Amino acid sequence: MIEIDSFANKIIINDAINKYPEECCGFLFGIEDAGKAIVSDALPVFNSAKGDKKRRFEITSKDYMKAEHHAEENNFSLLGIYHSHPDHPAIPSEHDRVAAQPFLSYLIISVLNGVETELRSWKLNDECQFVKEKIIIKDLINNKITQ
Amino acid sequence: MPTIIIPTPLRKFTNNIAKLQVNGGTIEESLQLLSTDFPEIKKHLFDDQGQIRTFVNIFVGDDDIRDLQNEKTILQNESFVSIVPAIAGGIIF
Repeated sequence: MIEIDSFANKIIINDAINKYPEECCGFLFGIEDAGKAIVSDALPVFNSAKGDKKRRFEITSKDYMKAEHHAEENNFSLLGIYHSHPDHPAIPSEHDRVAAQPFLSYLIISVLNGVETELRSWKLNDECQFVKEKIIIKDLINNKITQ
Repeated sequence: MPTIIIPTPLRKFTNNIAKLQVNGGTIEESLQLLSTDFPEIKKHLFDDQGQIRTFVNIFVGDDDIRDLQNEKTILQNESFVSIVPAIAGGIIF
């Protein structure tokens, strides 16, 4: 299960809409509690994919290292990666699966005609296949479920 | 000894240790020693042919080993080696 703070969720959705029709990408930070990822911060980063950014995303090594520093400095864990699928469902592709890292959550936002329509989260299992995770959007400050 | 910085997704294979000292003279030796100490990490670093996986980047300090001597890059005692997963994906390859 992944719990996402409503403000962090807003950052992610706004990034997906603002970058449309290209894919957006970024990092998810927070803490892990009894197997649950609790995301309190999201950090959009530059999509450095060469070629068609409407169909691909890539994050530079430098941005990855900055994200690890950001987590360390704020006493967070790096919990996952988000990216958008413009005009496609929020289902991971073979490209997503092959490049995926263990234990991280992969949040995918489907954006159809510039409007966010679906948010899904996935995590690799022991056979390196994606398994869907339940998402809860929550106002973490007031401890209220918003979606 | 050179220090290896383990990225968050691979720390579950190193008992959550983020920085490890490994007594290897080159990148190849260091990563092999790391894999001997923590066998579960091996498949995430090397492919079936024993080559460093495509989706893994290795840096010595700020330098990508592809700009140095790849896995034969020589390490000093004070070297910091970062394992950096390549983060990529999208609708198509």
